[in-house]
Parts: sequence; C-alpha cells; structure tokens
Amino acid sequence: MNYNRREFIKISGITAAGTMIIPPFLNSCTGVKLSDNAGSYLGHFEVTTDVLQKVIAAAMDKGADYADLYFEHTINNTSALEDGKVNSAYSNVAYGVGIRAVKGDQTGYAYSEDLSAEAMLRAARTAASIADSSPAGNSVNISEYMAPGYYSVKTSWEDTSIKDKIPYMQRMNDKIFEADNRVSKANVYLMDTSSYILFYNSEGLLTWDYRPMVVIAGICIMEENGRIENFYVTRSSRMGSEFLTNELVDEMSAEVVARTAKLFSASRPKTGEMEVVMGAGQSGILLHEAMGHAFEADFNRKNQSIFSDRMGKKIAEDFVTIVDDGTIPGNRGSLNFDDEGIPTEKTILVKDGVLTSYLHDRISAAYYKVRPTGNGRRQSFRHIPMPRMRSTYMENGPHRKEEIIASVKNGIYVDYFSNGEVNIGQGDFTFFVKFGYMIENGKLTTPIKDINVIGNGPQALADIVMVADDLAIDNGGGTCGKNGQSAPVTMGMPTVKIRKLTVG
Amino acid sequence: MNTKEKYDLADIAVEHALKSGAEQVSVTIYDNRSTSIEIRDQKTDSLQESNRNGLSIDIYTEKKYSSHSTNRLKKEDLFHFIEEAIAATRFLAEDEFRSLPDPSLLYKGGGSSLEIFDDEVDALEINTKMSLAEKVVDEAFGKDNRILSVSGSYSDNISESVMVTSNGFRGDSRRTGLSLYAEVSVQSETGRPNAYWYESDLFFKRLVKNGIGEKALERALGKINPKKILSGKYNVVIENRVAGNLLSPVYDSLTGSNLYNKQSFLIGKEGKPIASPLMTITDDPFIKSLSGSRLYDDEGLAAVKRPIIEKGVLRNYYIDNYYGKKLGMNPTSGTSSNIVMEPGTRGSDEMIKSMKKGVFITGFIGGNCNGSTGDFSYGIEGFYIEDGKVIHPVNEMNIAGNMNNFWFGLSEVGNDFTGNGSVQIPSLMITNAELSGI
Repeated sequence: MNYNRREFIKISGITAAGTMIIPPFLNSCTGVKLSDNAGSYLGHFEVTTDVLQKVIAAAMDKGADYADLYFEHTINNTSALEDGKVNSAYSNVAYGVGIRAVKGDQTGYAYSEDLSAEAMLRAARTAASIADSSPAGNSVNISEYMAPGYYSVKTSWEDTSIKDKIPYMQRMNDKIFEADNRVSKANVYLMDTSSYILFYNSEGLLTWDYRPMVVIAGICIMEENGRIENFYVTRSSRMGSEFLTNELVDEMSAEVVARTAKLFSASRPKTGEMEVVMGAGQSGILLHEAMGHAFEADFNRKNQSIFSDRMGKKIAEDFVTIVDDGTIPGNRGSLNFDDEGIPTEKTILVKDGVLTSYLHDRISAAYYKVRPTGNGRRQSFRHIPMPRMRSTYMENGPHRKEEIIASVKNGIYVDYFSNGEVNIGQGDFTFFVKFGYMIENGKLTTPIKDINVIGNGPQALADIVMVADDLAIDNGGGTCGKNGQSAPVTMGMPTVKIRKLTVG
Repeated sequence: MNTKEKYDLADIAVEHALKSGAEQVSVTIYDNRSTSIEIRDQKTDSLQESNRNGLSIDIYTEKKYSSHSTNRLKKEDLFHFIEEAIAATRFLAEDEFRSLPDPSLLYKGGGSSLEIFDDEVDALEINTKMSLAEKVVDEAFGKDNRILSVSGSYSDNISESVMVTSNGFRGDSRRTGLSLYAEVSVQSETGRPNAYWYESDLFFKRLVKNGIGEKALERALGKINPKKILSGKYNVVIENRVAGNLLSPVYDSLTGSNLYNKQSFLIGKEGKPIASPLMTITDDPFIKSLSGSRLYDDEGLAAVKRPIIEKGVLRNYYIDNYYGKKLGMNPTSGTSSNIVMEPGTRGSDEMIKSMKKGVFITGFIGGNCNGSTGDFSYGIEGFYIEDGKVIHPVNEMNIAGNMNNFWFGLSEVGNDFTGNGSVQIPSLMITNAELSGI
C-alpha cells in the first residue's frame, strides 16, 4: 500500500503508539528525482538520498563487496480478553536502521535507533570493520523498485481503534461460552502489527514496503468431573482490520469448543513406531521441521545439514513436490521483497521427488552461484538476515484421503500441532500433536492428544508413501525460531501417509 | 544514558503521564549493549554490535490498565506516545484488580551488592573478544578427520535499567554477562551429528575460556551412529545442563496467571507432596554472582528468599501483584530469581556407574507439556547404559508421562552444579521413566 502522509493522528486507541510527527518533506541534495512513494518513506524516516549514499559509502569503506540499510518502524498492538472483558492492552514501537557490510560470506552488522547522519555513520563504520582493505570507490546510484502487492490493506491497523476491535473479541468469548456449558474459561488475544520498511543498498536499489500483520487467538478451558482440558486456535494474515469479521470469529469459536470437548474422550495411543497419517493443513509442520530447515542454504553452505550433499538427487517418491512460497496473497509468510530487497517467489524445493533448490539469501546464493530465492529474512532491524522459510507446503498428489486412511491397519491420524523442532545435522525432527485419532483397521477411532512424534528428516521424506489431492494451507499464527530470531511463517499439506515414525 | 539521565527521563515520563490523566504509573528505562562474534572454520563469519534503548510504561487509570514500550525517546515523541497510550487505555473494560503493588511490599533500597556487574566488560578490546572466539574454534578445528564444520562464538552483554513508580518506588540495576560457545559437526554414515558446548559467566575473569571447542568435538564424536531402543520403562539420568528443562512445566504451573486461567496442573497443591522427598528447591535472589540474583523484581517487589518445594512438598507459588489480588493470595513475585535445588552426594558419572540398565539423557528435542493436565512428551538424545557402561548413543526417542506423578520417580539428586546461571539444578536420576523408541 502507498503511505500517505497524515497531518495528525487521531486518538485512535492503542494504535496511538504508532503516531509520529511527520517532518516536512525532505528533498535530496543530489537532485535525484524520486517517486512520491519513495519520497514519503524517506520523509517517514527523516533521511535524504544524500545521507543514504554517505552511510553506504561508510559501510563500504573498508572494502566490503556489498552493504545495505534496512530502515524499520514497527508498531505492535496486543489486546487481551480475560474474564469476559477486554481489560488489558499492550503496545510496542521499534524504530531504527540495521546496517550491514558483507565481504564474501562474512558479515559486519550494527544498528542505530537514532537516525541522525552521525549516529548512522558510526554504526556503518562498525559494520564496515568486517573487511580490511580499501574501498572499491564506485559511486552508488539510485534505482527505485516498486514491489508487487501481495498484501492489501483496506483499513490499516493504525487507523483502527481498540474500540473497533473489542466487539469481535467479546463475540468470540460469548460464542465460546454459549457453545458448551462445560466451558469455564476463555481467553482471546488480538495482535496487530504495522511495519514501514525502507531499503537501500550498495547496488543502488531503493525500495519500500508497508507490511501489515494480524493474529487472533482463542483459548478454551472446559471442566468435567474435576478434569480440565484446554485447546486453542489461531488465525493470521497480512491484512488490515477488514480481517475481523463475525464469520471468522464464529468459525474459530466453534472449532475451539468442538476440539476441547473431544479431549475428554482422548487418550494416549500405544507408543512406538507406527504408520502416521497427517491430515491436510497444519501437517505442513512435517515439511517445516523434517526438511525445510535442512534446506536452508546457510546450513548447507556451512556443511552442517544432513541434505548438504543431496542436491539433484532423488529424495522422495515421484508424486512428492514441495515448495516454499512468498507470494500467496495475504499470507502470513508472504513478503513483497525479502529483508535484503530481493523479490520473493514460489521456490520449488523438491520436484517430482528430486531436490532442486535450497532456500537462499544473498550470501548463500553468491556462494552457490545461483539466484537468491527471496528467503533472506530478519526478525527486525536489530538482526542479521539469513535464509528462512515463508509458506512451505506440498503440492497435491494422486491419492485420496479416504483411501489413505483405509490403507492403515494400526496407526494414528494427526492434524493439530503446537510446536516442533529439528536437529539439522542428524536430521532428527519432532512435532507435538495436540489432537488426532487412532486408526484401527482403516477407520478413525479414539481421539488422541499430547504426544510427541519423532523421526529422521531424509528417512521420513523417503517414507511418504501416499499423497492426497486435498492441499490446504494453514493460516494459523505460526512463528519459526532460528538462531535466536523469530519469523512469521505458514505451512500446508495435503493428507499424506508416512510409513513409519516413532510415536510417544 | 547514564543512571542519572535514566532517572531524569523516568521522572519526566511519570510526571507527564500523571498530568495527562493516569492515576498510577510505573516507568522503566533500559539500555542494553552487546557484542557478538562468530568464527567458523577459522574465519570471521559475523561481527555484530548492538546498542539498544527503551522505555516501558504501565498505565493505570479509572481501574483500567495497559502497558507500552518504545525506543523513540525524544521528549516530544515520548509525550505524544504517553498521551495516546492513556487515551487508548480509557477504551478498555474496568478491572478492579488493576493497581500498583502495595507500597509496603516494594523494595526500599539499602540492599547489599549482589556482585552481578563487571566493569571490565565494557573496557574489553574487540581483539580480545575476537581471539577468545578464535581459540574456541582452534581447539577443535583439524583435530579429527571426521570434522565437517566448527563454529565458535563470543558474546557479551551489559544491561542497565532504572524503574520509577508513582507510588514511591525508585530502583536501578545493572548486570553483565559473557559467554563462549562452540558447535561442531562431524561426518558419519547416518548423518552429520553436531554438538555444542558453552561456558558463561557474569565476570570476565571468571569466565572459563578453555576446553570449549574440545568438549563440543568430543560430544559430537560421541553421537556418531545412534540407535533407538525398545519402548519401555527405564531408569534415566538427566545431565545437569539440561535437567532444568524437564522442570520447566512445573515452573510454568506455579505462576498466578496459569493458576487463575486453569492452565496449571498444580492448582490447590500448596502444602501437598508433588515430588519425591529428595526434591527441595529454593528461590534464592541473594546468592552473589548468579545471573538470577536481584534486589527487586520487575514490579518493584522486594526480593525474598522462599522455599518452593521442601522435601517434595509444594510450599510457594509465583504470584504477581495482579493475580495475587485476583486469586486472593499474597504476592510472592511473578517471576523466579535463582532456582536452586538441594544437592545430593555425587555426580552423573557415578550415578551412571551404578546403573544396571538405563539411559543417560544429554539433550531434549521438541515436545511439550499440557499445562492443564500435566501430560508431557519430549524428544530425547543421549546414551544407552548397561552395567554402568555406555553401550551406544540413542536418538529419535521420547520421554513421556504426567508431571503429577513423574517427579515422585526422582530417586537421586546429583551434586554437580554447573555455571553461574539462574537455574542451579544438578544431574537427576528418575526411576521407571516411560521411553518410546522402536
């Protein structure tokens, strides 16, 4: 979306935190003609093209091959409902610039929360020190890049008052309580984010983005004969406040209540190795943990991934195609360009069972002499970018869900998860199942819950023996952690069957 | 910002908030400086410097509450931010339990030094830091032909904060921390096992600087060709460095928020046994030079040393000001300081030697615990033990059970505390733990 300057910010509730006093429009001293969009982003951060060029020059001053500036202004708001009322709210504002100098695969990084030229130059000199020769001395041009719009905003979160959010949160609470008289507690959280990004690098690329994000979560607690069970559901999107609808709230409430209620009849399955059917949607966590991380090219470049020597090799059945996509409209994992200014794309990782691409940032792409794939992401301007997933999913296969379930004599069906983890080198991965069913003689039987499933990535990938035609992308609020940085991601999957995983 | 400048800014923020309609307010100003260096295969991979400032403000007005933070600290930005935050707070629902803690519970100053700040850290030269990280790598690099990758890193951190509340609390604290970390990947037939080792301390002089790369290499080689074993009940020893992980569901269940929201399996268990009599845990904020030491908590409550579990009996929850009022309980503190377990008489080596058949758990991977019910399952890695000897590494297995009875299986507490972190738990032995494998 285009950023329009506002004369003042209305008293708009918690969005208040985002308010700023817009400075008078600042013109570049170099006579570079800028679009209105670029100009307004420069104005937002109170910088000129002249200053950008000087800071880049300082970052390149010790002979770096490449440098970039990542300006960020992010406003987070969280509202919380407890005891049937929205009675607490939180906000956070982060503002600053990350400055990076790259020499080969070496990175120097510093950031500044003060956007004065002096402060930025100081940070640039720190970043520059990763290199130790003299500058190449090329002057830097400016070429604007206008990103495609993978997310649209009708009403921005900054223009949405907490007063407008409360009714939806309240409705979710009421619907949860109305649905079942065993409900004893409900909590609802609404988190929205608005980010202004301005990016400039030593190649002269100047680009900007306005990134919205929302997550809504509903938690349900039920009690029956002294037993307590809890469940939660989340939904997330890169959208404005038009995201909030009664339909969404009603769907989530019904879902969380129905799942919580079923937990009273759930038990732990017999443990050990068995066939596992993963339902469409959230089961994409398998791809994220079992292979996604191991496909991140930094781990491969560093020789640490179990997939380090498998490029071009057959690693799964013919009907397995896996992608990582940064272009799905409104998706939580989508970006117009990644945090290194590279346009995102739909990257095919495994095509017809053959490993075809890793997930690259600029550094790994240069190392492997391939195009960057738009996977260079960072948690904020305070962090170094690295290869990260976006929306990772498997394309449809030739089987049908019913056929898959019917083929299992003794196993489990799982479709709700809370978390997972992987050990990149050994390839061991896990995912924690919040809800599923036992499969006995081809039929779903007793509900199951709270079990950890553990396997080995390459083995599990090779063991995917059936893939259905019911791909669903899960739009929950998934957050991926890597090297201490978090990034919003999504995942998706058709129903699949894995020959053998350890269930416990 | 120095401490005085932080107090000045906090005072200005408190005053402006009260003038703009807040009835009570708590302001914290913090800054955090850090360096991190990563060396990989004897080459600098990254060098990062960070200098972070911020203000956070809790606002109470008309029985309504909200909390905000920003790093835009120019006075005009800040005033605007505070005014908007107060305006926003008025849209929220009333909550009679929202107010600052009773002044009688607040820290009044005069505490003796906890020795958690090292002036030397700020004066360290970048070359000193760099050579420490290089040494970590050198200890492993080229030492075995199965090595695929060696990374070493150095990081330090200096954090300072000032907190002022409108009902009389004034406090400042500062602490330092340093760590050295090594990670080694090695080649094997079944994968690329990797292992890490680290040392950390609050003081540069005391930081262990040797043996880190060496230890990571030794551990990575030890993990080659792991196997899983049959599902069943096994005695396990959990290594000191990770034993605290398995106690985290217990800690989560002790908080006022989880008790109130019924996401705790320890509701109503105060005064009752929840673990074997071998378990005694104290929350001790006053131990010198431990990273969790403090004179007051994040709400300004004066620190108090408290028993949490005594001979298996639950003695205290972690209750903050707000949930204390909601639950009708006395606030203790919503957060832990140092978690210290009473030790036994020997370390993991001797515990393993006394094992006939079992598993030595050295790491966890994934898994979770259902807070309401206590059902848990975590992935594990470690070693299979027979007649006191390591037979082979194990992986791809889970440990599972229910927290309500799991800790009654605690059959021995070690004496091998490690490091100066806030979790002081030695190696632990559990009898008849449920493991799943083949």
